[in-house]
Amino acid sequence: METTRNELNKNLAQMLKGGVIMDVTTPEQARIAEDAGACAVMALERIPADIRAAGGVSRMSDPAMIKGIQEAVSIPVMAKARIGHIAEARILQAIEIDYIDESEVLSPADDVYHIDKNEFAVPFVCGAKNLGEALRRIEEGASMIRTKGEPGTGDVIQAVRHMRTMNKQIRELVSLRDDEVYEYAKQLAVPYELAKFVHDNGRLPVVNFAAGGVATPADAALMMELGAEGVFVGSGIFKSGDPAKRAAAIVQATANWQDADLLARLSENLGEAMVGINEDEIETIMAARGE
Amino acid sequence: MVVDVSYISKEHSDDVDAVAHGVTGILAVQGAFAEHAAMLDRLGAPWKLLRAAEDFDDSIDRVILPGGESTTQGKLLRSTGLFDPIAAHIAAGKPTFGTCAGMILLAERLDNDPNVYFGVLDATVRRNAYGRQLGSFATTEDVQTFAANGDSSGVISDFPLVFIRGPFVAEMGPKAHVMASTGDNAVALQQGNILATAFHPEITDDTRIHEYFLSL
Repeated sequence: METTRNELNKNLAQMLKGGVIMDVTTPEQARIAEDAGACAVMALERIPADIRAAGGVSRMSDPAMIKGIQEAVSIPVMAKARIGHIAEARILQAIEIDYIDESEVLSPADDVYHIDKNEFAVPFVCGAKNLGEALRRIEEGASMIRTKGEPGTGDVIQAVRHMRTMNKQIRELVSLRDDEVYEYAKQLAVPYELAKFVHDNGRLPVVNFAAGGVATPADAALMMELGAEGVFVGSGIFKSGDPAKRAAAIVQATANWQDADLLARLSENLGEAMVGINEDEIETIMAARGE
Repeated sequence: MVVDVSYISKEHSDDVDAVAHGVTGILAVQGAFAEHAAMLDRLGAPWKLLRAAEDFDDSIDRVILPGGESTTQGKLLRSTGLFDPIAAHIAAGKPTFGTCAGMILLAERLDNDPNVYFGVLDATVRRNAYGRQLGSFATTEDVQTFAANGDSSGVISDFPLVFIRGPFVAEMGPKAHVMASTGDNAVALQQGNILATAFHPEITDDTRIHEYFLSL
């Protein structure tokens, strides 16, 4: 059996399933996340809520800061590169990051082209609002997909919309006759082979997580109910009153999302949640970056 | 390859209610548990996911500890209450199979982590022994099997070994037997009815190690 680098990278995403990937900005936060049961951390200088508040151009984090987090924890460490920023991605590969998030949370470096992720040895995760975006990112070499949601808002509505849209489109594609898949692929602007995979298998060819606006154990459970295979939590943990407790509660809620009695206990006395911003109150729609 | 879409919501094999014994319980708190379930379905063996302590019922005679993050699984083993029934299962000498994170959960000692979980496998295991994701690799080796008295009982030849941020065995004691090595390192051990692999048979097409586990 010949196992390519791309398959090994998809395999790592399989090992993350059922887990929570947490945004952290310091080694201390990374250790809190690991102790709470995070299956990976996303190292970044500012969490999305602060990026949103600060405005301006947001870039890849300082490699020294990322290395500090790599040394602090034993779980996989991810970091973000700007959409289309080939050089930032190469830098992250040079410091042996476990996963690169080509992320709309940062200011896009290219408003037309994404990174050709097939050229890299390290894996990439990319955001998607719908099936077309997801399959285009996979064709470019992404080995994991997440919903875009709307980062830094604490408002789960967009993550829900993106997950429902993607899964509805998958069900539509499955329901087609074989000879109708060509036209559907054309409409989605995706390669026929990937559309055919979804038609035949009823799912994306890579693992699919939820991200963007998850702030509570109930939010995490909702995304699992809607078919997410795991959850990213960005601002929701370290913008809340009691990060360690909330982080552990979200981990348990993601693992046992069907158990409402447990969810009720986990949701008690978590302290203050992050301050939410409704989607119609925000000026920058990060999810619109990169189609 | 990702598992079939049905495994996103499947909690047990179709026949599991009809069997009183011989069910494989698959620890399902985090990680690649669905991949093991798909493997057991291919072999026609009954299974159920273990998400909470009450899932561990009298029908369960075998346990699989899947790949994933051992730190995450270790926490959730405690919070779900699954640690004690699984520890009792192992102590009773019943068949248990750990892959990657599962090998770490079984080890008596970890040489780069103060945690010990079930602590039954007579070995020192090194986490992330091949480094970060760029160190993940695949290779092919023969895999030995052992009888209860420790004598060799067979060879599974040319088995695909897939390592994902995998561990290896840094040192081992007399109770464990080396099933497979690659380079200078042991990467699969058998100790009585315990199998532990640093690699992931569940993400390959090769069912032979699972078949061997079901024969224990």
